[in-house]
Amino acid sequence: MAKTVQEITDRCQVLFDDIDFTESRKWKEAEPGRKVIGYMPVYVPREIIHAAGMLPLGILGGGADMEVIHGDAYYQSYICRIPRSTIELAVTKRLDFVDGMLFPSICDVIRNLSGIWQMMFKDKYVRYFDVPQNFKDGIGGTFYANEMREFREGLERLSGRKITDEAINNSIAVFNENRRMVNEVYDFRSETPWKAPSWEVYLLMRAGMVLPVEEHTQMMQDYLDAAKAEDRPLRDNCRIVLNGSFCEQPPLNMVKSIEMAGCYVVDDDFMLVNRWLLEDVPTSGDPIANLATAFIHHSEDTAAKYEPDGEKKGRWLVQKVKDRRAEGVIFAAPSFCDPALLDRPMLAGRLKEAGVPYISFKYAENSGQMQPIREQAGTFADSIKLWSEAS
Amino acid sequence: MSAEAKSEVIKEPSMLKQKEMIANNYDKLTSAHELGIKTASTFVPGNLNELIMCFDMANNLPEINAIQNGMRKKSGGMIMDAERSGHSEDVCTYVKADIGMMSKGNIAPNGKPMPAPDVLLLSYTGCFTFMKWFELLREEYKCPTTMLHVPYEADGKITPNMRDYVVKQLKEEVIPTLEQASGVKFDIDRLREYLRNSAKAEDDLVWVLESAKNKPSPVDCYFGGVYYIGPIFTAFRGTEDAIEYYQLLRKEVEERIAAGKGPITPEGEMKEEKYRLVVEGPPNWTSFRDFWKMFYDEGAVVVSSSYTKVGGVYDYDGFRHDPDNPLESLADYCLGCYTNRNLPTRVDMLARYIEEYEADGLLINSIKSCNSFSAGQLMMMREVEERTGKPAAFIETDLVDPRYFSAANVKNRLESYFQMVDQKRKGGGSAAAA
Ligand code: SF4
Ligand code: SF4
Repeated sequence: MAKTVQEITDRCQVLFDDIDFTESRKWKEAEPGRKVIGYMPVYVPREIIHAAGMLPLGILGGGADMEVIHGDAYYQSYICRIPRSTIELAVTKRLDFVDGMLFPSICDVIRNLSGIWQMMFKDKYVRYFDVPQNFKDGIGGTFYANEMREFREGLERLSGRKITDEAINNSIAVFNENRRMVNEVYDFRSETPWKAPSWEVYLLMRAGMVLPVEEHTQMMQDYLDAAKAEDRPLRDNCRIVLNGSFCEQPPLNMVKSIEMAGCYVVDDDFMLVNRWLLEDVPTSGDPIANLATAFIHHSEDTAAKYEPDGEKKGRWLVQKVKDRRAEGVIFAAPSFCDPALLDRPMLAGRLKEAGVPYISFKYAENSGQMQPIREQAGTFADSIKLWSEAS
Repeated sequence: MSAEAKSEVIKEPSMLKQKEMIANNYDKLTSAHELGIKTASTFVPGNLNELIMCFDMANNLPEINAIQNGMRKKSGGMIMDAERSGHSEDVCTYVKADIGMMSKGNIAPNGKPMPAPDVLLLSYTGCFTFMKWFELLREEYKCPTTMLHVPYEADGKITPNMRDYVVKQLKEEVIPTLEQASGVKFDIDRLREYLRNSAKAEDDLVWVLESAKNKPSPVDCYFGGVYYIGPIFTAFRGTEDAIEYYQLLRKEVEERIAAGKGPITPEGEMKEEKYRLVVEGPPNWTSFRDFWKMFYDEGAVVVSSSYTKVGGVYDYDGFRHDPDNPLESLADYCLGCYTNRNLPTRVDMLARYIEEYEADGLLINSIKSCNSFSAGQLMMMREVEERTGKPAAFIETDLVDPRYFSAANVKNRLESYFQMVDQKRKGGGSAAAA
């Protein structure tokens, strides 16, 4: 029987709330020898983990409700919250079933967290996952392909099994499919935002962090079928793109508050790993070379990436606003987040040139008070409406 | 590093030499256009000074400008200007001091305006902020920008893949851009010559830093250390001037050792050496003198520090620039800078310093706006304590933002730390000053 939106969303909510990762634990226990590899934002090639027969598990901190007791002993007050709540998850043994952790090269906090992990969990596989900031095939592409080969060998050592090219190619196909469905959900929301509230889409994408990819793809298909069939009232909201929330995640309440304040989120950068590669990756030939090419030539833009061409800097955001027919941008970044906050003035400059209105605020994953954000977003929505009526 | 902070210090020949080198460099920079000299801006970690010299370019280091402005108490206003123009209060204050300096006309310490750079050499080594910093400057200067991405030494070693990647970027990106910007053809033999000079100066620098193993230590390797690293970390590595500076310095230190003297402070010679410390993290620049005084007034000398490794690590694993492998050696230099090392290596380095320099313990000066240094320091502190059995303390300040230097707090924390060291010496006390 077809699932309802409510049923799917309820399941996603359970997965989201469960900081013990019960579902992932069950997956691991279902067969002896199974392994789970955790990864942090913003991107890792999950295809290789999948091809190794392992479960990629997205770790995005402890969320709004987890009490951080030990984590504060590791981080000063002027460092964002995600590393301390991630440490908390580990110290409280919630990650004890995770066999390895990947720390992508997104900023110095995550980078240094990889060293903390090396010191604290000496028996685990730990890899700082470096990606190139040079986007030429023969330079950055070669470097990245070799990094992925090292990673592949690391997983082979962990499992004691070879990862064949064929297996990776098969996994690439599985993730291509998943990404297509992710993009369909995003397109659907942008077309009919009243039928796919942002908090639902958010939860649906979060489910992709903990579920096996095949299950996640099916879940999104079910959601689309159900959401399309459902009748929901269209509200007089403005359309905005949300930017800056690619690492530490805002509380779910913030996503809800923005929408309740009168803004339909028609694009965002939560969990970019789901949409990082912008085109299908070929499913034959050298899979590592193909993944490298995809990264170099067809990957998302975000603050953690260098833009070699000054002229192009930030244009992608203006383009996104156009493509999504958005009327404004909300910059929502975690407090103390270097990438997001250093990038913001440049992005804001591009928006200004293009006449796109924007507002900015900061949050922490456990921010409690939503009133100021609601007010700010509400005023923003009103001003956009006034402006569009006047013009 | 700062001409001003030395004004009351007894002038030794090396100090005069450095002062003259700095003044000449600022004059060269500020009259670059008249002299037809091209300028490159770049960073202290991963500073490719020898390469820049191969193109007859002058080297301008925005971090050093921020430090200069910090010591001259000008950075506070600059930071606020940058914040008013939309830069977050949460990000690195060097960046904001630099951007604020630009809006105030980019005036160099000699009172003349700095020229706009002809090229931004974005050596992305050991700190994420660098990447955004030069993207921000590029918006302003609209000049050619070349990026050298230096991978992180995440497993405590340089892999062939990392080295090849850096060398390839040097060959195919950095060198062609510098050739184009300067109109000078690259000559690898010229580079070899400069690297040979570098290695000579590096030998003497290491000798000076290691002289702190003497008791009393003839040098302070944090407050004094920032002067000693000045030439090698900035626009002089690879020059004859740097060789001469380090020879002079070494000679002076030899004399101090022979005479059993302690380090020179802004108020003259430090008399009794009571505490020997290892310090992790950059100093605060806006209250540099007051900060230093809190140490020498108590008879505390810093025998080794990680900050003096930020523009290159020459002691820990013996790296020297190598004229026989010029580009590979530049790659290894960048890869090995302190903040490009993983945390276990940083811990090992600090613990070894404590042991080898027979220090009483570790002091961490945690910088509010510097994630590269600061994220993970509390864990590092505990690890070093555990390994060495020596007490550690943790203080929090900022680089160039005067709002985040609380003299009373820092002084209190230091005093209780010194008491703890005393207790520890007497055989009691625990190690928990944080
Ligand atoms: S929130 Fe920002 S600063 Fe913090 S770990 Fe993530 S990217 Fe880094
Ligand atoms: S290392 Fe620290 S102080 Fe230096 S630029 Fe980076 S963040 Fe700023």
